[in-house]
Amino acid sequence: MCFDAKRLLKRALGPVLILMSAAAMAAGGEVNQVNMSPGVTSVGKEIYDLHMWILGICTVIGIGVFGVMFYSIIYHRKSKGAVPATFHESTKVEIAWTVVPFLILIGMAVPATSTLLEIYDNDEAELDVLVTGYQWKWKYEYLNEDGENVSFFSNLRTPQSEIYNTQQKGEHYLLEVDEPLVLPAETKVRFLVTANDVIHSWWVPELAVKKDAVPGFINEAWTRTSVEGVYRGQCAELCGKDHGFMPIVVNVVSKDEYAGWLETKQAEAAQVKELMAQTFTLDELMERGKSVYDRACLACHGANGEGGLGNAIAKSPVATGDLNKHLDIGINGVPGTAMQAFGGQMNDVDMAAVITYQRNAFGNNMGDMVQPIDVFNYKKG
Amino acid sequence: MGDHHHGPAKGLGRWLFTTNHKDIGTMYLWFSFAMFILGGFFAMVIRAELFQPGMQLVEPAFFNQMTTLHGLVMVFGAIMPSFVGLANWMIPMMIGAPDMALPRMNNWSFWILPPTFLLLASTLFMEGGAPAFGWTFYAPLSTTYAPPSVTYFIFSVHVLGLSSIMGSINIIATVMNMRAPGMTYMKMPLFVWTWLITAFLLVAVMPVLAGAVTMMLMDIHFGTSFFSAAGGGDPVLFQHVFWFFGHPEVYIIILPAFGVVSQIIPAFSRKPLFGYDSMVYATASIAFLSFIVWAHHMYTVGMPVAGELFFMYATMLIAVPTGVKVFNWISTMWRGSLSFETPMLFSIGFLVLFTIGGFTGLMLSIAPSDFQYHDSYFVVAHFHYVMVAGAVFSMTAAVYYWLPKWCGRMYNETMGKTHFWISFIGFNLTFFPQHFVGLAGMPRRIPDYSLQFADFNMMSSIGAFIYGASQILFLYNVIATIVSGKPTSEEKVWDGAEGLEWTIPTPAPYHTFETPPKIDPAHAHS
Repeated sequence: MCFDAKRLLKRALGPVLILMSAAAMAAGGEVNQVNMSPGVTSVGKEIYDLHMWILGICTVIGIGVFGVMFYSIIYHRKSKGAVPATFHESTKVEIAWTVVPFLILIGMAVPATSTLLEIYDNDEAELDVLVTGYQWKWKYEYLNEDGENVSFFSNLRTPQSEIYNTQQKGEHYLLEVDEPLVLPAETKVRFLVTANDVIHSWWVPELAVKKDAVPGFINEAWTRTSVEGVYRGQCAELCGKDHGFMPIVVNVVSKDEYAGWLETKQAEAAQVKELMAQTFTLDELMERGKSVYDRACLACHGANGEGGLGNAIAKSPVATGDLNKHLDIGINGVPGTAMQAFGGQMNDVDMAAVITYQRNAFGNNMGDMVQPIDVFNYKKG
Repeated sequence: MGDHHHGPAKGLGRWLFTTNHKDIGTMYLWFSFAMFILGGFFAMVIRAELFQPGMQLVEPAFFNQMTTLHGLVMVFGAIMPSFVGLANWMIPMMIGAPDMALPRMNNWSFWILPPTFLLLASTLFMEGGAPAFGWTFYAPLSTTYAPPSVTYFIFSVHVLGLSSIMGSINIIATVMNMRAPGMTYMKMPLFVWTWLITAFLLVAVMPVLAGAVTMMLMDIHFGTSFFSAAGGGDPVLFQHVFWFFGHPEVYIIILPAFGVVSQIIPAFSRKPLFGYDSMVYATASIAFLSFIVWAHHMYTVGMPVAGELFFMYATMLIAVPTGVKVFNWISTMWRGSLSFETPMLFSIGFLVLFTIGGFTGLMLSIAPSDFQYHDSYFVVAHFHYVMVAGAVFSMTAAVYYWLPKWCGRMYNETMGKTHFWISFIGFNLTFFPQHFVGLAGMPRRIPDYSLQFADFNMMSSIGAFIYGASQILFLYNVIATIVSGKPTSEEKVWDGAEGLEWTIPTPAPYHTFETPPKIDPAHAHS
């Protein structure tokens, strides 16, 4: 018999021990992290403690069970002349190993219940944020008593060149966005989670929040932390092609900093409202259009409109053709393709600017312009 | 009655028209192995893509098709049919019956499988690609947002369900009606018991799956809104219906595996199975509980807290009967006279790794912790410990255990043991690190990942290639045994084996137990 029991023992228990010892040094988002992070919230800490409690119990039981088994494997082997016993039942033992595990389960259920009730305590939030999952990005809307406040989309910022290995990957590869969610510290924030198309799931491990975003329904979750910092997460529910490319970045800042940020965002929104009524020159539209293009279009259509994942813009029949058709594609997208409907994601000023830019850059030179009011009217039909 | 002792027909007709339980069992086993290779190939594509960060070999859309087909093919094409094949071969021989109760239906339930999987695989070449919504096919990703091939997928699932239901009815009818005189229920080998219970589970939940896909079909083609909130439906309803099927399905896969190791461990411990009665009751309890725990797959969908608590408590309870089983197997080994031939090695591998999968299952049942585990690689690690190290290891053990009886030739023991150790190491290298990346925050079903997960993913991929390669050794060993293995004609191939299948000649003749065997009423179960 070439059976090395010690090696089997080591292999079976080794990983469990590694897990246990590594647990002590757990922290979020670290390279080769092996355990759950306690995160930066009280709920996260409770979940982590619960996790370690159950893992600990399982490890002890495991050592007991496997200990008996390996004792048997080592000492009760035929090659050592072991003679088999004939017993095959024992009511007492069998009752014991039915009742004792049941009692252990109660020891797990009690803390689990209290933590669960804590997670479900969505009341008395100081700030409500509506989180909407889209294929494949998140939209955040800060709600206040009037119902409307600041809102924006948060897209993956990692360039295609990093994803397709033509450029060195950055530190936060796939976990970086163009505009993070900004939250105040020391504030109970309630997330109202929903989706626009398919089911997504909003997960930030450090905040211990994971909630499915179900189209047509609103789920609630909450967090509160005193630790300022940047927390990264990802969509956790398969939502189609780019499920792996819709990260979440949450920037927790001091209350003061948050207030300042909110003011800036509100001012920006007010400014956009003002701009909507304005008429721009071609140069103004081109300048704004370039920055919008680089942010929203470049990844698929190329830095010089040469195309890539998407069609080429340079000399394209759309960008050099009927203006209304161009507006239609920008606003409503092309169903069944990767070209999304940007009408809901982009304000009318940016839309006007980017369409103008596409028609006049990359050698297209159409010479025509779109004003915000044109976009507004087109949307109204 | 004139040609009572005829052998198999000649040529292709033997296989096409056969009503012989051994032939059908053989076809099921070979078919499931072919599917295992196909599903394994999909897994290799997945692991090759995940070898390094960055998109390497395939596009995200194709990656999703791979994860979807890998799951579907492994669950419905490899694991389930393999145990049906084993049931076909072994149940009549274990209960002293000449064949299955419904032999023509038996033929039909097998032969509708290959065209169905051909259809399912052909979706890869259709416009829009194969289904890419995961093997759990959550609506509306699988309805409004699905590729056109979803309709073929729905049809495939219907036919697979039909096949499973026919197979199950056959098993129930056989076990209930064709036991040899004196073979009372509490004398049946545990493999027969676990399959009887599994068959009832299948008959109960396969129609529910059929209902789910039919509602999908209606939503896609006939304008209904079962799973669309815009029309008054609810996407979460899909998940409830799916998991009402899906959770029992998990036990459908693992219960026959329990049965197999309950045959093998006593044989190589040379000692009767400990706690036979409690094994039967534990199996029945697990089956019952499997119907009332489905929503533990849905802790994050926004259920009311009362619902969460109910499903958490009910799920935790499963640990009790499962624990009883593990304790019984270990007590069977205790003070036995153990030897470690390949079937025993795979059974011990099953015992160790399934128990680890059970522990992580218990962890996952804890609803608050599941908010962190859910849909992460921790879940992927958990269910592969149960499905691969559980079901597949036990199936592999079964093949090594009964192959000599089936073909009258011994497999190569050294090669078998090598297969075990490579599998064991490859498996753990693949899936143990997945616990780590899952706990650290890596979601499942993503084609690319951030840099902190790189090392463990590379480890996982290397492990997967090793595990995959070890199956070639398995295939070679089985074929070499059938073609040129050392002949054996001992009725009892293994000295510690018990049961009616070891009282018939080796290799098992084409027809067995044409006259029922005599069962010693004093003799306990086998």
